[in-house]
Amino acid sequence: MLNLTPKEITERSALRINPAKTCQPVGAMYAALGVHRCMPHSHGSQGCCSYHRTYLTRHFKDPAIASSSSFTEGASVFGGGSNLKTAVKNIFDIYKPDIIAVHTTCLSETIGDDVGAFIQDMDIEDGKYVVHCHTPSYVGSHITGYGNMIAGFIKYLSKSTGKSNGRLNVIPGFVNPGDMRELKRILELMNINFIMLPDTSGVLDAPMLGSYVMYPPGGTTIENIEAMGDSPLTLALGELTCETPANELKRKCGVDYKCLPLPMGVEATDQFLMELSSFSGREIPYALEEERGQLMDILLDAYPYFHGRKVAIYGDPDTVLGITSLVLEMGMIPKYVITGTPGEAFTEKAEEMFARYEVTDCKAKASADLFELHQWIKNERVDLLIGGSHGKQIAKAEDIPIVRAGFPILDRYVHSYMPLVGYRGAIRLVELILNALMDRQDRDCADEDLEMVM
Amino acid sequence: MKAQGVLLEERRNFIHHKGSCGGNTIQCDTESVSGAVSQRACVYCGARVVLNPITDAFHIVHGPIGCASYTWDIRGSLSSGAEWYRNSFSTDLTEQDVIFGGEKRLWEALEEVARAHAPKVIFVYATCIVGVIGDDVRAVCKKAEEKFGIRVIPVMAPGFAGHKAIGYRMACNAIMELISKAPAGRKRRKGVNILGDFNLAGEMWIIKNYLEEMGIEVVSKITGDASCDELMHAPEASLNIVQCAGSMTYLAKRMEEDMGIPYIKVSFFGLEDTAQSLLNIAQALGDGEAESRAHLLIARETHELKDLIQKSKEALSGKRAAIYVGGGFKAISLIKQFREIGMETVVVGTQTGKKEDYDIIHLLVNEGTVVLDDANPAELEHFIKEKQAHILVGGVKERPLAYKLGVAFLDHNHERRHPLAGFVGIKNFIKEINLSVNSPVWQYVR
Ligand code: SF4
Ligand code: SF4
Repeated sequence: MLNLTPKEITERSALRINPAKTCQPVGAMYAALGVHRCMPHSHGSQGCCSYHRTYLTRHFKDPAIASSSSFTEGASVFGGGSNLKTAVKNIFDIYKPDIIAVHTTCLSETIGDDVGAFIQDMDIEDGKYVVHCHTPSYVGSHITGYGNMIAGFIKYLSKSTGKSNGRLNVIPGFVNPGDMRELKRILELMNINFIMLPDTSGVLDAPMLGSYVMYPPGGTTIENIEAMGDSPLTLALGELTCETPANELKRKCGVDYKCLPLPMGVEATDQFLMELSSFSGREIPYALEEERGQLMDILLDAYPYFHGRKVAIYGDPDTVLGITSLVLEMGMIPKYVITGTPGEAFTEKAEEMFARYEVTDCKAKASADLFELHQWIKNERVDLLIGGSHGKQIAKAEDIPIVRAGFPILDRYVHSYMPLVGYRGAIRLVELILNALMDRQDRDCADEDLEMVM
Repeated sequence: MKAQGVLLEERRNFIHHKGSCGGNTIQCDTESVSGAVSQRACVYCGARVVLNPITDAFHIVHGPIGCASYTWDIRGSLSSGAEWYRNSFSTDLTEQDVIFGGEKRLWEALEEVARAHAPKVIFVYATCIVGVIGDDVRAVCKKAEEKFGIRVIPVMAPGFAGHKAIGYRMACNAIMELISKAPAGRKRRKGVNILGDFNLAGEMWIIKNYLEEMGIEVVSKITGDASCDELMHAPEASLNIVQCAGSMTYLAKRMEEDMGIPYIKVSFFGLEDTAQSLLNIAQALGDGEAESRAHLLIARETHELKDLIQKSKEALSGKRAAIYVGGGFKAISLIKQFREIGMETVVVGTQTGKKEDYDIIHLLVNEGTVVLDDANPAELEHFIKEKQAHILVGGVKERPLAYKLGVAFLDHNHERRHPLAGFVGIKNFIKEINLSVNSPVWQYVR
């Protein structure tokens, strides 16, 4: 019944069907939740804020808190300056955050609110902060908004005292708290003194302890964001997501940065560890070598079950590229690789990978949507889908197994606690892929072919 | 007041303790306060919720991508036919469109849909910025109707124009716009329209079956499991029964005025309300045969539930419930339903309840019960704790909150997977409460 997508592809330029992206403020809200005792604030009508919170809550299965300027007709004509002023006062009075992170919406952008000027005009108590960024949703996607909000924190807070603190700044891409936890574990194993911004671990994977805490213990502290200006280097993990904030820090405090791919799969994780090792001047410890070796072992053991299988990957640009890189290392064929986020850099990077692994007949596209992906699949099938929940309609219609990875995952649990980054993340993803393919084989095979030992 | 410190001064009038200052003086049906962590949704959301279940309509969001992506296939409205409504269509406006206007893009999008999918009706939702950038959406829709010979109905739903309830009204207008152009058909003496059921988890079908058992014909389902063709027959019905009064009373009134179809409000949540509603429908139709069949049906179903209700009274009596739902009418049914199984409601709030609803709530609840309008998590938390509720009934945003507080949870929102309406619904209601309240996990939670 869900199979209404026509196989024949008609020209479509104005109509978006089944998007593989969402709007900037969701990304900004997510980034702001990764700062300790921060209240994300949506400067626009309450509807947007309500949707964004719901969306995050659905993915993380944890309460995502944020306030709204609650625009009404009047604000849409006269501007939202007084709404923001009232909002900031109310928020500090009642919800008592240390910092409010304002992002805009389509509406406040279109009517031209100068949020920066509004904030300058405010009386803000000592020790409390209000920062902002612009997140018009008719530009980019939630990925853009995520980067913009991080840049907003840096712009307002980071300072350079002229004296290096020797610490490493790490800006993780748009990934789960489970990934951020894993990145921190790796950094700790490498014995590196680091600052990670944002850090949603301990916030959006907070434990159940019998009382609702508005500001759980996790999140980057304001102090640490300030100190980022004194670090000698920033690693921006996710070239298409994190360059904006890394560049902002360079502009403001002169901190050099390197953009790396998200450490997903063997090569990208190797590259990440090499960077860490060159930063600290220390060897990579055995614990990590061991994990790498385990990944190799698994890949060799299970090789026949995934080699040469075709896969379609969709979602956020850096995550999709990361997964593409892993599946290529596994000998799979990334037949279709799409993101809804605009930007040709995505396509170029994907095609570079195709060329490097000498796979042919693979397609990559940015600004694409799942309707189009479905049509491609109807014309030439794949064996597996990897991406967020929205692919399940295609999976069901075409009877193709699906592995859930990335954002958003609205129909499963636990995913936000578990990593996809690092060797451990790769091991997990390989397991998910294998289970999907091998379960399918068990389901489809004749009784006499059902193997106990595979 | 005990709530000192958790409550915004401006929010004080939105909260009411029964017994604290005599009578119901709650402030409702107004805008949220700037800076509040409101759970409230917008005009577009309200309009979309109501129209979305029309299964073979094309719902195109004219605006930037967000509003469309958040409403993509998120509700449990089931379909027995088409599935087009489960896709997400939008014009995904870009900066260029914001500067130069989005009319051209909308026109092209309509053309692309009309060409590739031959739809019967397209709803075009104009969201927040569309009016601000000056698009004449109505004109584009009109031109498209003429050119493609299909219905293209604009829904002017900028979120900032108020909250959900205003969106409901816009949706009602859109439905009127559609059905008022229907060719005149034969009046059906025993035919009713069901308004305001969205067929969540198949609830529309449950109600339809009861009515059919009573010999009553369901002409149009508005909008759960609706199709355009079926909707066009709506003017032929003799009675409108209104289930979600918050969203659909307005449509019922308009249909009464324009088409002479009377309406009654019903609720199929809980034993008392379900039985009473079936009898009321038969009586409103003046159909004695249907009424006696209803009595039989109610007796049979009540008998079947007797043991279960008795048992759950033993298991659940003395447990306290907190309710936070969208509309006032649902809250009222829930209070009664909890009472039927021996539970007391200690906190009750709605997002869009009206004065009349709060009046009834006020009469129903016990002394000391907290009544809130448009609550935020801090307030909910405060009162759930203060009143020591055992279970919270709410929607998606409330679930994690409940669990973090160590309180059980029942989903009574648009994503519920088990039907909670009718007599079957009572079984599920009890089952879910038992499951959540008596989950073994609670033993380990400190
Ligand atoms: S108006 Fe803009 S910010 Fe709000 S939900 Fe829609 S796309 Fe997102
Ligand atoms: S408030 Fe406006 S922009 Fe935001 S979701 Fe509602 S319609 Fe869309």
